[in-house]
Amino acid sequence: MRLPVPANTGPADTVPALADTAAARPLGLAEALHAEWTKTRTIASTGWLLLAAIALTVAVGAAAAAGTSCPPGVACQVDPAKVSLIGIDLGQAVVAIVAVLAISNEYSTGMIRITLSAMPRRTVVLAAKAAVLGALVLAAGTIAVLASVLAGRLILSGHGFTPAHGYELLSLGHGPVLRAAAGSVLYLALIALLSLGVAAAVRDSAVAIGIVLGLLYLFPIVANVVGNAHWHRHLEQIGPMTAGLAIQATTDLNSLPISPWAGLGVLAAWAAAAVLAGGLVLRLRDA
Amino acid sequence: MTAGTVTPYRAGQQPARDGFAQLLRAEWTKFRTVRGWVIGLLVALLVMLGLGLFGAAGSNGSCQSTSGGPTRSGQGCFTAPPVGPGGEAVSDSFYFVRQSLAGNGSVTGRVTSLAGLIPAGNGPGTATKPGLVPWAKAGIIIKASTQPGSAYAAMMVTADHGVRMQDNFTGDTAGQPGAVTASDPRWLRLTRSGDTITGYDSADGTHWTQVGTVALAGLPATVQAGLFAASPAYQAISESLGGGENGTIAPSQDTAVFDHVSLSGASPAGTWSGDYVGADYGSGIGGYHQTGGRFTVTGSGDIAPAVPGQAGGEDLTVTVFLVGTFAGLIAVIVVATMFITAEYRRGLIRTTLTASPRRGRVLAAKAIVLGSVAFVTGLVAAAAAVFLGTQLARGRVYVFPVSWLTELRMVVGTAALVAVVAVLALAVGTMLRRSAAAVTVVIVAIVLPYLLGVVSVLPAGAADWVLRITPAAAFAVQQAVPQYSQVTALYSPGGGGGGYFPLAPWAGFAVLCGWAALAVALALVLLRRRDV
Repeated sequence: MRLPVPANTGPADTVPALADTAAARPLGLAEALHAEWTKTRTIASTGWLLLAAIALTVAVGAAAAAGTSCPPGVACQVDPAKVSLIGIDLGQAVVAIVAVLAISNEYSTGMIRITLSAMPRRTVVLAAKAAVLGALVLAAGTIAVLASVLAGRLILSGHGFTPAHGYELLSLGHGPVLRAAAGSVLYLALIALLSLGVAAAVRDSAVAIGIVLGLLYLFPIVANVVGNAHWHRHLEQIGPMTAGLAIQATTDLNSLPISPWAGLGVLAAWAAAAVLAGGLVLRLRDA
Repeated sequence: MTAGTVTPYRAGQQPARDGFAQLLRAEWTKFRTVRGWVIGLLVALLVMLGLGLFGAAGSNGSCQSTSGGPTRSGQGCFTAPPVGPGGEAVSDSFYFVRQSLAGNGSVTGRVTSLAGLIPAGNGPGTATKPGLVPWAKAGIIIKASTQPGSAYAAMMVTADHGVRMQDNFTGDTAGQPGAVTASDPRWLRLTRSGDTITGYDSADGTHWTQVGTVALAGLPATVQAGLFAASPAYQAISESLGGGENGTIAPSQDTAVFDHVSLSGASPAGTWSGDYVGADYGSGIGGYHQTGGRFTVTGSGDIAPAVPGQAGGEDLTVTVFLVGTFAGLIAVIVVATMFITAEYRRGLIRTTLTASPRRGRVLAAKAIVLGSVAFVTGLVAAAAAVFLGTQLARGRVYVFPVSWLTELRMVVGTAALVAVVAVLALAVGTMLRRSAAAVTVVIVAIVLPYLLGVVSVLPAGAADWVLRITPAAAFAVQQAVPQYSQVTALYSPGGGGGGYFPLAPWAGFAVLCGWAALAVALALVLLRRRDV
């Protein structure tokens, strides 16, 4: 599968031969980006995994919308945007695999030694990986979110969530819905960066994916059983998934543990911390 | 690498050390000599325990009492409910119009009406309107004493569930169906003979039908017999997607009219007296008046098992101490997957399969080693979490009592759950050969359904199905208190008291076993057919 190619920097042979320039200057970010893009797009699994992320996100969102109904006479507090975008809960796991493999694969095949020999500036390598991965996930996430919103709009309006019953149709022209949709795309990109950072730090793909999914899923589960309301709220405020997904809420914003953009900020802090830790470990450790 | 048809040359010496025991030993050696895997399991054990204790510690901060006993230090604090004859926590508060009944005898009465009041709006303290909650009940009762939690048997009419015979809080037998009206009254009778109490109902007072017979062990010679009325708290449950389910709980009351009341046997007192049983635990609404042979009894409260989650998070079940299972599972899944994918990555699988060409046996040996190690890890972690969590919660928050058998089922079930998930991860790892994908598939199959179903993200109907068919159904082994059909409550897997699963404990576990068996079978087929 081919993914849309953003502004290709040209065929590989326009890059000057390594022997001529290596002594003169180290390879810059542009070359690093090109190299990472080539590596990423030539691995078959990247495309399939991103396709799976899109398909699963849309399918789960559509299934949740189809399972949502409001019996007459019952006060339902349904957030249509959140229901439609619930597939992100699953899609993020696939995005995490893509991100973890972007670096763990190099360690498991030994490719990392070649990469780091060719580009000894390790932070540049990590930055290039982050940029390529971020762009790919933003593209895939946009498709997934747009399709989810469309599916949610079609299915939910068929289930009585219509303006006649006091529910607005899902529309990106509606401010909070646009925020939820755009925020969900950013959410996926931040999850990718978080996963990349963790993978750079621990190298092994199984351990990295375990840590990432643990960070994401454990906070809401533990918060759910903690009876103390303050602890519950704090857990939801610091968890990368619980805080980050606050961006999807369009109704009843006062009951959120954290405001939407602040929540995405918490996730961004997690991602930044992970990438920093990964970059630091990558610099200090032998490959 | 299928076996050749003819082996032209065979060395003279016996092919030693290729039995299954040797295979097991080889796999065990592989496991214990990889430091990362042993550390991984230790991490699993510690996070299971640590998060469980965190759950116990984080459950309450406002109602601290060091005196043991019922904790009633202020507003919002939970009153420890009385304990019934079966050892379970019970609600036992109702209005009781009674006489002493010495020795054998019987009590009979006719109910001609049952009406009541329920809250008109949301929340307590609002106005009331006429109406009945589904399990509003009134009838005749024989009770060991007026002590809350004492043994009893009762025949009653209910608002929506017809005539019932109930005993010792958990027993519930249906009698004549239909609501009671003045034109369609219900006759009720209880007779005592030793420890045995038999309940009858009748539409006309001449043709009696036996509803049930119960034995109340250790019933004293003199018991309290008479009329009662009780009406459980009114609950409005509104469901919201993405925001959880909200329940409004407020007291309700009912009033029943009795006539043709008679008590036969050697009654020393002979006069009726009325009082509210278990006023400490109930709303205390109640009273009666008698005009000739006609009794009007008003009551509130319930005579039934208590369910968790009705005290606003001040009570919890043993399930909370096992919340760390998820974190432990993630670590176990990572280790279990690497147990096979590392062989593929390092090429060790070629050596393994050359040494033992019967591939099914290799997978079996790996599964046995891994399953046993995971079982022991889960057992130690779950037992320690339940034991230490109970100690930590004592005096700080009310923990619903469960029998030691239930506790054993929860601990052993959790250990078995961890073991089977480890085998499932091994099988998926064998199928996919890639650790990242395998780890994600297994975590998503087990933790995500629980998250979606339990943390109130999906509507209740969808959540039910998710917890029936996915491997997450196995978390039913961690359900501490059963669901009672005679008590209205929010029986959801998540919010409130929580921990209710749609499947019975071992049935849910069987669903996980089915998935694991399927994965192992697929892994076997692939392992046999595929080149290494």
